[in-house]
Amino acid sequence: MGILSSSISITQYRVEGKLQEPILEAIGKGLKKHAVEEIDNESSDKAIGWTCFNDPFITDFNRSPFLIGTHFVFSMRIDKKSIPPKVVQKHTTLEMKKRLEKSGRDFLSNTEKKEIKDHVLHVLNLRIPATPNIYDLLWNYESNTLWFFSNLKDANEELETLFSKSFKLKLIRLFPYTMATFTSPLSDMEKDAISKFIPTRFME
Amino acid sequence: MLDVAVAYNRYKFIGNEFLTWLWFTIDTNPRFFKSVDESITSLNIGNRIVLENSINDASEIITIKGDDAGLEEGLLSLRKGAVVIEINLSYIKENQEWKFTLKGESLSFSGLKVPETGPVDTKEDIEGMVLERAYLYEKAIDLVNSLFNFFLKLRSSVQWNQTTIPKIKKWIQA
Repeated sequence: MGILSSSISITQYRVEGKLQEPILEAIGKGLKKHAVEEIDNESSDKAIGWTCFNDPFITDFNRSPFLIGTHFVFSMRIDKKSIPPKVVQKHTTLEMKKRLEKSGRDFLSNTEKKEIKDHVLHVLNLRIPATPNIYDLLWNYESNTLWFFSNLKDANEELETLFSKSFKLKLIRLFPYTMATFTSPLSDMEKDAISKFIPTRFME
Repeated sequence: MLDVAVAYNRYKFIGNEFLTWLWFTIDTNPRFFKSVDESITSLNIGNRIVLENSINDASEIITIKGDDAGLEEGLLSLRKGAVVIEINLSYIKENQEWKFTLKGESLSFSGLKVPETGPVDTKEDIEGMVLERAYLYEKAIDLVNSLFNFFLKLRSSVQWNQTTIPKIKKWIQA
């Protein structure tokens, strides 16, 4: 789901901290350093990183600029390989049988079983292509605001980690309590009062 | 500052109360919205509202959906002690409509549809479209943030207990 979709989701964030000047260079550096890596034909089962907005299978940020107007616009891509558990079970069982026949023994130790399963996962991961999921974001540096175009818990958590690693800035997810604390025009006294709120009973 | 997960769960009732107050305001004082956005034409409940009654350690979810659904069941649930946990809204201004759903616990937007924008044919069109979309998203976000800020001021004032709660109770019982 992205910025240009007909129906979108948005999670609001506040960005804490400032980048070193020149800002554009600092962001470009962070994006390149943490660009998503291809894992097809690799044994990894998951990859998370930045990619270009509207060109998510290219990570050349020079060819596809990330500054649009006064906004920084780019995407987070999560590539994941999911192997059905029954496929893993089938190949592990076959591999174990082969090993038993070859060794002439009746049983395998737990270590051997684990070793076989790891090997099976490694081989299957090499053969299975990763499924990409792309999440756009729009960052207004001047106003310290960022909109992430997804409400998925996992995607939001991955974004917070990746953003902090890439730019050394903290992302604060905005929900009722953090909105009251960080973005509302309430006085300090009113903010203190909020932490003492108890739920209202609207019924008689 | 509290741990984020703790703060999210402990204070999610603030967002639910906000949505409940929003429904009450839409129903009883729609002209109020002009004070937050002077070019607003209307703010109305859309095609979905979800309530939760978690009184007495049990949780009951009531969902009302449909374009012409009546909200009497929702009011009945409020009478039993429920609060609104999710609401779909239609926001109209300058002959254009925004539709979106807000969740009380997060105040995140889902199903946000903005007024139609032009077609995209070239790369330059995409940049223009992003800026146009950003402008349109901002309208809905600004409205919700302004309403929530107003609500927070009200909720932390003496007026909340003295005037607003009695009015909401009266509306629920009417």
